[in-house]
Amino acid sequence: MTITPETVAFAIMSVLVLGGGLGVVSSRNLIHAALYLALTLFGVAGLFVLLEAPFLAAVQVLVYLGAIAVLVTITIMVTRRLMGITENVNRQWPVAALIAVLAAAILGFVVISQFAGVYPTQAVPPDTIERMGQSFASHQGFLLPFEVASVLLLAAMIGAIVVARD
Amino acid sequence: MADVLASLADIYTTIGNLLTRLFVDVLGASPELASGIIKFLGAGLLATSVLLILVFNIWFERKVMARIQDRIGPNRVGPWGIFQTVADLAKLFTKEIIIPDGADLVPFMIAPVISVMSVVLIWAVVPFAPTLIGTDLNIGALYFVAVSSLGVVSILLAGWSSNNKYALLGAFRGVAMLVSYEVPFVLALLVPVILSGSMRMGDIVRAQSIPFLVVMPVAALIFWIASVAEVGRQPFDVIEGESEIVSGYHIEYSGFAFAMFYAAEWAHGFTVCALMTVLFLGGWRGPGAEQIPTLGIVYFLGKTFLVYFFQVWTRAILPRMRIDHILSFSWKFLVPLSLVLLVLSVLADKLGQLYIPGYAVAGSFVDLLPRTALLLVVNLIVGGLAALWVAGLGRRERRRQEAALSVASIEGRAAQQAR
Amino acid sequence: MIPLHLYLLVSAGLFCMGIYGVLARRNAVAILMGIELMLNAVNINLVAFWRYISPESLNGQVFAIFVFAVAAAEAAVGLALIISIYRNRETVIAEDVNILKW
Repeated sequence: MTITPETVAFAIMSVLVLGGGLGVVSSRNLIHAALYLALTLFGVAGLFVLLEAPFLAAVQVLVYLGAIAVLVTITIMVTRRLMGITENVNRQWPVAALIAVLAAAILGFVVISQFAGVYPTQAVPPDTIERMGQSFASHQGFLLPFEVASVLLLAAMIGAIVVARD
Repeated sequence: MADVLASLADIYTTIGNLLTRLFVDVLGASPELASGIIKFLGAGLLATSVLLILVFNIWFERKVMARIQDRIGPNRVGPWGIFQTVADLAKLFTKEIIIPDGADLVPFMIAPVISVMSVVLIWAVVPFAPTLIGTDLNIGALYFVAVSSLGVVSILLAGWSSNNKYALLGAFRGVAMLVSYEVPFVLALLVPVILSGSMRMGDIVRAQSIPFLVVMPVAALIFWIASVAEVGRQPFDVIEGESEIVSGYHIEYSGFAFAMFYAAEWAHGFTVCALMTVLFLGGWRGPGAEQIPTLGIVYFLGKTFLVYFFQVWTRAILPRMRIDHILSFSWKFLVPLSLVLLVLSVLADKLGQLYIPGYAVAGSFVDLLPRTALLLVVNLIVGGLAALWVAGLGRRERRRQEAALSVASIEGRAAQQAR
Repeated sequence: MIPLHLYLLVSAGLFCMGIYGVLARRNAVAILMGIELMLNAVNINLVAFWRYISPESLNGQVFAIFVFAVAAAEAAVGLALIISIYRNRETVIAEDVNILKW
């Protein structure tokens, strides 16, 4: 594979994503785990840019980094106890690690055997965002899922407020 | 001679061509490598100049605030005190960075960096002139909202890692305020996007034959209020209210780290003025700006400093609002107002397109006049009703308090007579 | 150009780290972070397939946007529940919230 700026960018973003993921699941300090989560989400946004989906990258930064990472961090800060010495993994962690490695192996095998060496054949049409916007408002498009998603978000908002109130 | 004038008229393209020829012909690089190097140089120049224009801004603000407060302001260091900021920054750079005991080192050091980063990244999509823009993303408007929401993370990190209850309280209040005002910010930002039909900043500027401030003044006002709150300036500066919470999440920062937060906050203040200019005042548009692109940046900076002057003015005359007033103002007034405004304006626009002959959504000054008139009327109606409702609220609140007082006074007299 | 299987391997790796995070961590917030990792891995997968196989149809990107919406809703409600549990039980360790167990 030739070293182009795109491959360098992909390598950096993959390191961010995978390294951050590793930090999230294995970090002893929960605040550091939240920071690693923010790093992973930022890497995923970078991967979206590489995959020529800039709208998704911006929405990823806005929703995940600007809201969900902040929520997670605030929850960690609010629910801190006087920490004794508690481990951060429970009794079944060897089995969990085995399952994770097994799943990774199976997925890796399937991916490499089926999709190795697939390169993109068509270019992304330049008016993707306009068409996406129009599809969210048309019957043949995604109008119904859009409305259902807004009802879901309303229900989640009301539910979160009711549950978290004293 | 005409050749030199023509190249001076579009000085940005000229410089770009000169640099490309320098790299390709003289240094023998490939065109892609040359363009990559030029882009890096441009990005570095932009980031540096954003932080350098801060030096002028801080002096400007201190002088204007001083004059409004009937005093002189800095006048010792240099003629009219123009080197005052340099002296302040030199002092900040040479101070020791004191790391509090029990502070978490990694978030403590990263927070100022993320803060500055979230401000400087916004300038990548600001159009200075027809041919001078960092990168004309087709999602420009969404990009800068996403990037400015990164600043929230940095406040939280700074507050937590200082190991200080006041810093944490200040950080939570700051995050609550920032997150609350992002909603009217985005809703008011949708207005130029809808009016110009595109999220590209370049297209938004080009669609402003009539500045959107005239077309939708209430939306511009909502955007202005929300962006001043996003920055954390008076009257919304509970984040770093010096008399309340002893500079909030900044408490434990000193030296260069504090200088970065300081720079980030002032740069953010200037950045939202630039955004207001681009979105509502027409950016680089002005007489002769299309034919002579070099003039674009002159108009842009002029308009931005005008808006910045207004920001300093409001800062100097308005008192600080209480945090619960700030939050209820956002959620109970600005969000419903901006939603209603958005729905009614788009409805009026669509009805106008269907039923009014000669109604254009793009074009020159004269073409856009019917649309401007219709949307201006809708804005004024919505704004007038909102103002009447707020006034009625004040009157109802006063009547309720008078009633409570009178009942209490009657009861008090009755209790006294019973004794 | 980067072959498709590299994106899918990154996504698979992230997904499996999410599985480990959900199954092996004690703190409820850490479990939720594992769930977020899994959702992000799914998003990378969807967008990679969209770009490489059928970029002219919108389904991949729209599916990813709906995953964003669902993830945001679920994170909000989940964290509200965790805060409520902390207020009542003084703990956020998932194993200690076990009153309903036989």
